[in-house]
Amino acid sequence: MKILGISAFYHDSAAAIIENGVIIAAAQEERFTRKKHDPGFPVNAVKYCLEESGTSLDDLEAVVFYDKPLLKFERLLETYYGFAPVGVASFVTSIPVWIKEKMFLKKLIRDELEKVEAYDRKKLNLLFPEHHLSHAASAYYPSPFEDAAILTIDGVGEWATASICHGKGKDITVLKELQFPHSVGLLYSAFTYFLGFRVNSGEYKLMGLAPYGNADSPQVKGYIEKIKSTLVDMKEDGSVWLNQKYFTYATGLRMVPDGRWEKLFGFPRRESEAPLEQHHCDLGVAIQIVTEEIVIKMAREAQRLTGSENLCMAGGVALNCVANGKIQNENIFKNYFIQPAAGDAGGALGCALAAYYIHYQQERKVDHTKLDAMKGSYLGPESSDKEIEQAARKYSAKYTKFESFDELVKVVAGYLSEGNVIGWHQGRMEFGPRALGNRSIIGDARNEEMQKKLNLKIKYRESFRPFAPSVLAEDCGEYFDYKGISPYMLLVHPVKESRRNPYPQGFKEFGLKEKLYHKRSDIPSITHIDYSARIQTVHRESNEKYWKLIQAFKQKTGYGLIVNTSFNVRGEPIVCTPEDSYKCLMRTEMDFLVVGNYVFNKTEQPAWKEGAEWKLEYVLD
Amino acid sequence: MEFLKDFWMFLKERKKFWLVPMILILVLIGVLLVFGTSGAAAPFIYTLF
Repeated sequence: MKILGISAFYHDSAAAIIENGVIIAAAQEERFTRKKHDPGFPVNAVKYCLEESGTSLDDLEAVVFYDKPLLKFERLLETYYGFAPVGVASFVTSIPVWIKEKMFLKKLIRDELEKVEAYDRKKLNLLFPEHHLSHAASAYYPSPFEDAAILTIDGVGEWATASICHGKGKDITVLKELQFPHSVGLLYSAFTYFLGFRVNSGEYKLMGLAPYGNADSPQVKGYIEKIKSTLVDMKEDGSVWLNQKYFTYATGLRMVPDGRWEKLFGFPRRESEAPLEQHHCDLGVAIQIVTEEIVIKMAREAQRLTGSENLCMAGGVALNCVANGKIQNENIFKNYFIQPAAGDAGGALGCALAAYYIHYQQERKVDHTKLDAMKGSYLGPESSDKEIEQAARKYSAKYTKFESFDELVKVVAGYLSEGNVIGWHQGRMEFGPRALGNRSIIGDARNEEMQKKLNLKIKYRESFRPFAPSVLAEDCGEYFDYKGISPYMLLVHPVKESRRNPYPQGFKEFGLKEKLYHKRSDIPSITHIDYSARIQTVHRESNEKYWKLIQAFKQKTGYGLIVNTSFNVRGEPIVCTPEDSYKCLMRTEMDFLVVGNYVFNKTEQPAWKEGAEWKLEYVLD
Repeated sequence: MEFLKDFWMFLKERKKFWLVPMILILVLIGVLLVFGTSGAAAPFIYTLF
């Protein structure tokens, strides 16, 4: 039984295919169209999934869409009704799109699938599970648990903005929901907006900025007090009530009323790209602390309701790896699984799994010999030697091909230890927002200049943004106060105290840039300003090539970890093909590109004729 | 036809018949907006939402 799952029309469109409950392939449309967070119907991703699984549309048991459009329409109407006469501008903008397209989603999906290939429209079986059920299914079914509490938190689906479910065997029971307009995801996004970042993509930056705030200062305590007393009424079960006087997302085109927030916090909304000042960082840490408090309460409630010792998480807020680390530290559960594609892209996978186990009532068997059923999240396309050579020919690129991979990793480990930055493109592309060693830019974590070099000369992004380590799973405890696993880079834990350099005197009063120049540890480029790190544990069983590379680096330097950041520049989707990777090499100050067994040395390449105009291709995130 | 059938089933399932008059009025306004929107402005709205 083959089932295709689709998420589309909002952001991060994606497709996923499963066969008899086994995940075969999954990919986001943005990787093919090169348009970040592409909301369009995922024609390319669907094509890829069908090819990878050797399936045609006529062979599918069902095509599943990740939410219920009519329920969403109900929310839309009731919201406008509830807030009327406020919301005219938003109504005028959104209703025509619904009347033209979104109300007739079945037809729209059928029409779009014809762009993939010809098929029998009458035979096609279309299913629509709820948005949060899709998230819950994406977290529970691939997990290694037979019984688990499931916590999903995001901006909004149809009505639900968060849910607590109980997964048992093949069944998922919804126990509790938080409903729109009260939403933890939208609360965090409101601050993302007020602090000058893009909603739906800048939340990650806000999380990275937060540690630059002085958490113990009266300023931050004051902000927390204002958030709790004016914006959010937080209950013991983690549910929240947002004071809609201070939010405009329900009916307006903006997230918050700027003037009212300026009055509340004492400074105006930061313009995009404007300098970051201490009060921005302080407000950032304040909302991060409040968010952590809410999700910890939700996790406690999930444990109370289910009595389970396992927790599965999904939804955009589950990408807040700092909060995830804090949940772990509370020891509420024994075991955790967080869906690597926790955002809406993962809904494509979740809805397919929900259809298989809930609608078709298929038995679920957990394979305890594996970490989980996500196959390391390496579910996307793989580049063949032919494709690599074709791309090289197109650009008259010079390369060295290694016959032995073991020989290749020794050479690359040498390049890394000399301070070079390397584009590492191997095997199947990752599904989800994190690069996990198959489409990654890598460097030496010991190198003091690496964070600055990567941010300013390669990624062209803000200098404050931290980088994450890929560490051999077996060595994790040597570098971090954490001995568990984190294969999807979704947990933040502290760097071991013995490796840290103490803060210089008066550090808290330093400006953002001076703080950045403090050498935090012996692995400075992956140690964030608060001595934390967003850990990826690399497991031989799920990514042998990447594991071998880090092992070779360890043999050369004694350090079993490297810096890993996604293979892209700011605003660009992560690379997919060898051509994307080669372009990225030539457009940036990266030193080497390794695709499969092919090594491209930047200094040997023909002059790149393109000017800086390529940067205009990508909207800054 | 399929859409109307689905919508009827949806209203029955959710017991939201009170929404019907509102839906009719809003949809009518919406239809006017669709036809009232010039060809140049419509794609712009589409890209935004």
